[in-house]
Amino acid sequence: MLREVPIKPIKIAILAMGGEGGGVLADWIVDAAEVQGCYALSTSVPGVAQRTGATIYYVEVLPMAREAGRTPVFSLMPTPGDVDVVIASELMESARAVQRGLVTPDKTTLITSSHRVYAMPEKMAMGDGRVPSEQLLEAGRKAARHCVVRDFSRLAESSGSVISAVLFGALAAAEVLPWGRQAFESAIERGGVGVSASLKAFAAGFDAYRDDESPSPPLTKLTRDLEDPRLRELLQRVRNDFPADIADVVAHGVRRTADYQDLAYAAEYLNRLAPVVALDKQLGVEGWRLARETARYLALWMTFEDTARVAELKLRASRFQRVGREVQVSQQQLMHINEYFHPRLQEIADMLPQGLGRWLMASGTPRALLERVTQQGRVVRTTSLTGFLMLYVVAGCRGFRRKSLRYVRENEAMQAWMSRVTRIARVDYALACEVVECQRLIKGYGDTHARGLSNYETIMSLVEGRTRTTADQVRELRDAALADESGQKLARVLETLVSRHAEEACA
Amino acid sequence: MILGEDYGEGSSIIQERSHAFAMKSQMWLLDPRPSHGALVDAVQKGFELSEASRTPVMLTMRVRTCHAHGHFIAQDNVRPSFTLKDAIENPRRGVERMALAPATFAHEHEKVHERWPAATRFIREQGLNEVFESPDTVGCGVGLMVQGGLYNTLIRALELMGLADIWGSARLPIYVMNVVYPVVDEEVVDFCLKYPAVLMLEEGQPEFIEQTLQTVVARADLETRIHGKDMLPRAGEYTTLVMMKGIRKFLQRYAPALLEMAPVDSGVAAMLAPKVIPLIPSMPGVALQEAPGVLPRPPSFCTGCPERPLFTAIKLVEREIGKHYVSADIGCHQFAALAPFDFGATSMGYGLGAAGAAALNVEGAGRRTISVMGDGGFWHNGLTSGVGNAVFNKSDNLIVVVDNGYSAATGGQDILSSRAKNDKRTTKMSIEGAVRGTGVNWIRTVSNTYNLKKMKAAVREALTTSDRGPKVLIAQSECMLNKQRRVKPLMRKQIAQGERVVTERFGIDSDTCTGDHSCIRLSGCPSLSIRPNPDPLRKDPIAVVQSSCVGCGLCGEVSHAAVLCPSFYRTELVSNPSRGERLWARITSVITTLLQRRLAAREFVHVA
Repeated sequence: MLREVPIKPIKIAILAMGGEGGGVLADWIVDAAEVQGCYALSTSVPGVAQRTGATIYYVEVLPMAREAGRTPVFSLMPTPGDVDVVIASELMESARAVQRGLVTPDKTTLITSSHRVYAMPEKMAMGDGRVPSEQLLEAGRKAARHCVVRDFSRLAESSGSVISAVLFGALAAAEVLPWGRQAFESAIERGGVGVSASLKAFAAGFDAYRDDESPSPPLTKLTRDLEDPRLRELLQRVRNDFPADIADVVAHGVRRTADYQDLAYAAEYLNRLAPVVALDKQLGVEGWRLARETARYLALWMTFEDTARVAELKLRASRFQRVGREVQVSQQQLMHINEYFHPRLQEIADMLPQGLGRWLMASGTPRALLERVTQQGRVVRTTSLTGFLMLYVVAGCRGFRRKSLRYVRENEAMQAWMSRVTRIARVDYALACEVVECQRLIKGYGDTHARGLSNYETIMSLVEGRTRTTADQVRELRDAALADESGQKLARVLETLVSRHAEEACA
Repeated sequence: MILGEDYGEGSSIIQERSHAFAMKSQMWLLDPRPSHGALVDAVQKGFELSEASRTPVMLTMRVRTCHAHGHFIAQDNVRPSFTLKDAIENPRRGVERMALAPATFAHEHEKVHERWPAATRFIREQGLNEVFESPDTVGCGVGLMVQGGLYNTLIRALELMGLADIWGSARLPIYVMNVVYPVVDEEVVDFCLKYPAVLMLEEGQPEFIEQTLQTVVARADLETRIHGKDMLPRAGEYTTLVMMKGIRKFLQRYAPALLEMAPVDSGVAAMLAPKVIPLIPSMPGVALQEAPGVLPRPPSFCTGCPERPLFTAIKLVEREIGKHYVSADIGCHQFAALAPFDFGATSMGYGLGAAGAAALNVEGAGRRTISVMGDGGFWHNGLTSGVGNAVFNKSDNLIVVVDNGYSAATGGQDILSSRAKNDKRTTKMSIEGAVRGTGVNWIRTVSNTYNLKKMKAAVREALTTSDRGPKVLIAQSECMLNKQRRVKPLMRKQIAQGERVVTERFGIDSDTCTGDHSCIRLSGCPSLSIRPNPDPLRKDPIAVVQSSCVGCGLCGEVSHAAVLCPSFYRTELVSNPSRGERLWARITSVITTLLQRRLAAREFVHVA
């Protein structure tokens, strides 16, 4: 018995999330194996996996013809270090397989999709909580004997099927199971559900495995040319007067400010930016960090989202088309878009000319009256005539935007920020850069905006305080402000900082 | 009795009670080898064992076994010789069988002197336990004993050490205990006589079987050494690696030559190294290799789940009036204990949400507790243990009953209050009526949980009203998983037949979303995710609604209730619209297109 060369099963672990068809994939493999006359077993720990939890499906195939009266003893769980193929439906799941020891350099072929389904902590972050894909990829590449990474999710989408069928194709192409493509495909046919779409997806996965690593899709780069003849003069000015290293960012700022208001406003953007760039040049620090980040955040601040802006963005033809693409509206269908707005008294006053807005906020009856009508959110159908016209009127406020209460307020705060930055840059370049980046805290609408602004102001007041604040401290404060909604982290960091300042003052 | 318990991963009920229960109450416990043939045999033999010893029999199935694919040869069904109908029509009575003194005292003796020996006799005669040995193994001096359920893992561990093959023939003799209680002393003695050093592979603690073995060996005056938990971990699942480590320790001591039979593969050998990185405190040793950045991915509410708005409402109300104690129930709503809601401090058992908070009932407390139970749990026992007791004890707290129409967490079975028509069962019974019947005066039913405003108002009122006594809030909307299964095929059919059908889903405008993700923190819907910001100037990813959205409406409600942002929109896709509808849409489009052209003249493309 033990003297013969021992035959071993081929072990396959599938890491997927509930609802991705990992179970179907396991069934296909088992079915294909049994039709080929082999022994096979599959199992899993689904539990409540259909509710998006991470799940491992496990398959063993004994690559030999079944014999009467003889049954192999299969294992019901993958043994770390003893898995031939790991199939991951998503990138973090592949790294999870690595973490669990299922991927080893002596034997494992790792087939993983490169796309991400973000985990809750990544999605919840107030800023950018994403785990870098490269980091997850690296874990797989380092651990596996052979690592195949493709965007299988995109292939599934383009073939109108689900990722399990694409991954089944990739498994067939990997040639770890001792039978041909036809045997895999007939398992799908026997399954009998969505056969043609699944076969298409299977083929896509098969080819993708065989093709060289597809180049990763280009990131949203600043280099993409969006030349508009009306902007020629301004962009020429960017090329002539600004360092080449930051020309892209500045050009984006020009486009954005022009789109927000008009060409004159874009020119004003350049006028405001120019002194900071000159200062950066004068200070001679390499890398143009101050100039670049100021170019970015100045543009964002100058184009703050007021009601008129939102209304205009909602009405654009390009936006209607985008939504239509998203829901895949066909010729025979009608599409309606319903917007969820909640304009409050403050937003209405903000939109009015400064004097009128102030009066409204200080008034008695008109204020109370408006407050009462703006208690509730509204749903406006932009694809209806009344809804469209209503927003069109609001968008028209763009004409007197620069006299509005909100504009005056934002403009003042922005001016203060700019002068603070230039003042500090002469003394502490790094600190100035951090102060620039604090603009990132001011975002969103309503309460979110108010919370961000108040965090920003807290940090600024500390920067302006008598004791010197360092760049690292400002970064720490900013990160703390983005750590939780309740402001607990920020309060804690602030407390330690203030007490340290106090100690220093005593010393 | 089939038990749904396990030690391992994915087990929601750890096997921590049944073995002790079996021993104390003298019921037999089967733990058969996880092969389909063996399992089927065990069921049949289990019935026979029960008959032979006049004792109930428990059979444990492990999670992975329950989901395994395999084969067995079926036998023909056999009609029971004594049916339930017989039991009703021809009642037989024996007062000495009842739990009634002095019969109970007699049972004690009967269990020990009659039923127990009958059981061990049957187990021996029928060979329910198995000994796998061969001429090769007889002289080796060491033996293994294992619970039947662990047999496959043990064979794999031995195979990886070069001590077994895929067919199960091993270099070491193995006594497989398909019956883990009672232990058959004679079989143990026979085995131990042949093998003077034995390792018992027994999952869970205390080591009931190992202790019994020690007693048996001592009473039989054998010199056999029994090992177990001294060489294997006391807690946790006995995985292949865990077993390999234990067996190596054992062989090192008694038969080191066997360790040199075959080298362990380098991959497995690397994993045997004692490197254990606890991933989260409750799951030690999960991380065997470095993979920075991997985050836990626990289950959560499905896309469009009607329970989500309840927890969003509680979160929003808590922002106004502060944190409350939340006692959770077993069921889908238990996922509220995880991000982004983080609700629930305890969960005591099925239907026991309110019972779990029953003690927190103090006069003059400044805040009320919130306990949650599902409709399944409510009918299971929550009505009495939770609601009834709250009335009786004049509790002033809030009990939320989540009425989604099914026993949803277990797969959507009907219950008393299901809205579905069921020919074999009584459904459509009112939870509100039952609650009122126990004497609760403050009852609110929100029949559409997605109406966040109403949900919020009800929660706020319950927590702040001056009315005394228990408050019961019934949150009613159909389980979305079940609803989609029902509605989707129906809609497809209607569209194909040319009927007017409206499908809804939500979307987010990428150019107004600023990447704060408040919406996600208040919802946690799987179809609400993030993607890279298309705006080259912005760094934070923006929120996105994926195509899996079912248009439940919570996103819009949240953006209204929390005054979030104007980025959300709901699309309605009308299939087979009426002629009038079409005409009006065309007229509208003529005007809006004209105005859109005027807007486009001022537009500068600034996002890639």
